[in-house]
Amino acid sequence: MTAMHDELTDQPQTQPLDADIVCTGFGPAVAGFLWTLTQGLQKPEMAGVESKAMPGLPPQIVCYERADDISFGVSGVVTRARAIRASIPNLDPAEIPLAARVRNEKLIYLLDPLGVTRRPAWMRLADQLCRAFSGVLGVAHEGMALPWVPEFLHKRDGFIFSLGQFNQWVGQQVMMSGLAQIWPATPVAGPLIEEDRVAGVRLAADGSEVRAALTVVGDGPVGAVGRQLDEHFGMPAGHRRDEWAVGMKMVIDLPENCTLEEGTVWHTIGFPEPEIFGFLYVHPGRIASAGIFVPSWMDSPVRTSYRYLQHFIQHPYLWRHLRGGRLRSWGAKSLLESGRRGEPFLAGDGYARIGECSGSTNVLTGSGVDEAWLTGTQLAEAVLELLREGKPFTGENLENTYVARRRASWLEHESQAAEKARNGFQWGLLPGFLGMALAGLTGGRLSLPRPREDRHPKKLTDYYAGRLSRSEIERARQRAEAESRPLHDILMDMCGWPPVEYDGQLLVSHQDALLMGGKVQAPADFPDHVVFRSPQLCLQCEAHLCVEICSGEAIRISPENPAGVPAFDREKCVHCGACLWNCPVSNIEFCAAPGGLHSAEN
Amino acid sequence: MPYQIIVCGGLAPDPLQTLEPVFDPAKPSLKNELMLPAVFDPWAAHALYEAGHLAKQHPGSLVRVVSLAPKAKLQQVMMTVAQKLPFELVALDGPGGGFTDAAAVAAALADAIAAMQDLDRSRLLLFGGWESATRGAGVVMQRAAERLGITEQFLAVDELSVDADGSLLVKERIEGGRHQISRCSSPPAMLAWATGNLPEPPNHPQTGMANMRVIMPALQKAKPVTLEPSAEFLRTALPSAIRQTRVVKDVPAAEIAQEIAEWIRQ
Repeated sequence: MTAMHDELTDQPQTQPLDADIVCTGFGPAVAGFLWTLTQGLQKPEMAGVESKAMPGLPPQIVCYERADDISFGVSGVVTRARAIRASIPNLDPAEIPLAARVRNEKLIYLLDPLGVTRRPAWMRLADQLCRAFSGVLGVAHEGMALPWVPEFLHKRDGFIFSLGQFNQWVGQQVMMSGLAQIWPATPVAGPLIEEDRVAGVRLAADGSEVRAALTVVGDGPVGAVGRQLDEHFGMPAGHRRDEWAVGMKMVIDLPENCTLEEGTVWHTIGFPEPEIFGFLYVHPGRIASAGIFVPSWMDSPVRTSYRYLQHFIQHPYLWRHLRGGRLRSWGAKSLLESGRRGEPFLAGDGYARIGECSGSTNVLTGSGVDEAWLTGTQLAEAVLELLREGKPFTGENLENTYVARRRASWLEHESQAAEKARNGFQWGLLPGFLGMALAGLTGGRLSLPRPREDRHPKKLTDYYAGRLSRSEIERARQRAEAESRPLHDILMDMCGWPPVEYDGQLLVSHQDALLMGGKVQAPADFPDHVVFRSPQLCLQCEAHLCVEICSGEAIRISPENPAGVPAFDREKCVHCGACLWNCPVSNIEFCAAPGGLHSAEN
Repeated sequence: MPYQIIVCGGLAPDPLQTLEPVFDPAKPSLKNELMLPAVFDPWAAHALYEAGHLAKQHPGSLVRVVSLAPKAKLQQVMMTVAQKLPFELVALDGPGGGFTDAAAVAAALADAIAAMQDLDRSRLLLFGGWESATRGAGVVMQRAAERLGITEQFLAVDELSVDADGSLLVKERIEGGRHQISRCSSPPAMLAWATGNLPEPPNHPQTGMANMRVIMPALQKAKPVTLEPSAEFLRTALPSAIRQTRVVKDVPAAEIAQEIAEWIRQ
């Protein structure tokens, strides 16, 4: 007790800190914001602009990032980079590790080589036709490159990035300007809201208040600040956030004999489940990123991402290139796929929202990083305008500058085209593909209507009807609880999915992926950031989707308490936030905390 | 007595990252070294925490960090280190990492310290890491101290306490898993720290913000330093690593430790 007391009293007193602009999160949106803002502040016309928080000095701009380094973001980025190139016209990918120009882009239909996926009849028929006419259709290795990549999907004039490396590069340039400070390992607990005005943020580490005239909210789809603003201000009429996905990826050292060229981009459909889309990008230096997206509209109650990812990379079409490779990095994140329908109020008194948490991701083009960057640059241009004119950061002024720029840009135009593109997936897979094609090929003028009720995960017994009996499922559940194994692993085994033969290099256990790939860390001095609010609700929950979706196996059914509240191990948490949107009764508190992934290559 | 504690500390690439040596006899390096996340060298970090602890016990003491590293990288790392405890920075903009010559680094650090106008040698404690996470030559601190004329030198220090008469009691690691306790009547002294006894302080954003008000100007005026290569590198390699994972539950820690010891022996 004495030691703890001493430590606490050793801490300096927390006094409110003053800044002019405080940013939450350092992802591509805030990177774009700070890049544009710091460049703009160096122009002669901004020479007279000084800080209101610290008169006599330049505007005081701080950014707080939750992760332990600014390069620990997760995203396999293949992007047309229109906005990034507009900001950085001389961008040379050679300056940024793992960056390359897109050279060879394909859309691949992957057949089911195992005969175990939940394919609808039309897809099974498609597989049979593909095999029967393989010579004519060019089917090889259980995959077929479609004859063209739809215009709305292509990235042929763009770049492949590692978001971590890109953020690192941008962050260095921004900080070297001396005009902005980016603080890693500094999670923000929430906004300071005073009479519907955002007056700054509160830091999680010591409860410090950082007061600022403008709070820039770019803390991603599951960020604490964005969610609290949504709770306080609500969402615009008709807007809601109900489409999500877990994106999980590996960065792989390709084997010596691999013939894939740098700049290769494959988008895949069809495997490991029809609802799961995949990708493979080839970076310079014989390195590839491969990953999958597990969507919220997939009606499986056992939405394991890691095991699906292992089966994905072992598909013959990919495995012929990846076999013998080595896991270099691994990571996962939540993607907000509601697009413009999930757009919150973009600005208000004292705050503006940018990036994925502002609904900028385009679900039709499968693009988010460039869009996020663009929203950041638009806000920075607006801020420069307001600073130049000496106007305050009121909701009205931000609407007239930032939101107006956004509405007039290609982002808005393309977001509208994409707004209803995913409606069809709420009806089923075929309507989903048709709906996407319809919206994509008509620029959003035509689309399928959305059903009154969205698709939700089924009950286990319904989902496995015809494949596993109720008693088999019950036995699997008991086994999972007794052995403290994920239920999905056992159920997939029972449905005929082959076991994954670990090679210790690329095919490794989930826990080894956390250690070898994600390098996951948790600081000792923070409390658990995932909290189950009501034990009673957990007791009533049959599905425990939080356990099944958890990207790091950090949430488990404890053998000591099999029917009760799941156990949370923060040393395994990658902060993807998937538990948050998978809990059917919103019983999870997901707080901001440092730690998580420590790989700079995702 | 208030001390002037000067901590020498460089940067090390985050050991969790994929580190790939690129061999060039004249200038070996790590692949994409400037884009790799870096950390404050963990050995020097222990020294810094001990310095902060000592300074707190002796009001009026001042902690300064002297660091030789690429400026952009140093600035980034300081955003984390600055949140730990109050200190000032003297930045030298030059090459970092494991391929610099220890004597040249020591000379650059010592010259920067000697150039401090308010240096009071009667209060000077020169702290640093006994080893380094970059290459572990383990001689920088001795060379720097020699150049500064500091003859009281302690290596592999685990503990420092100040006696009532102001003398320093220094506990050093020696061979055979033992400690040697020495008494040093007064500064100046050099202490190259092993792991010390203090945990990493939690991040304190307010301390960070206060530190940055002096660190940012120090970075802006960082003196460029060129280190003449004096070593010839014949090859580069990472330490080999073997990983075997086994998930066990309800096994006593002693049993796990026994198994790990057996595994290492094999």
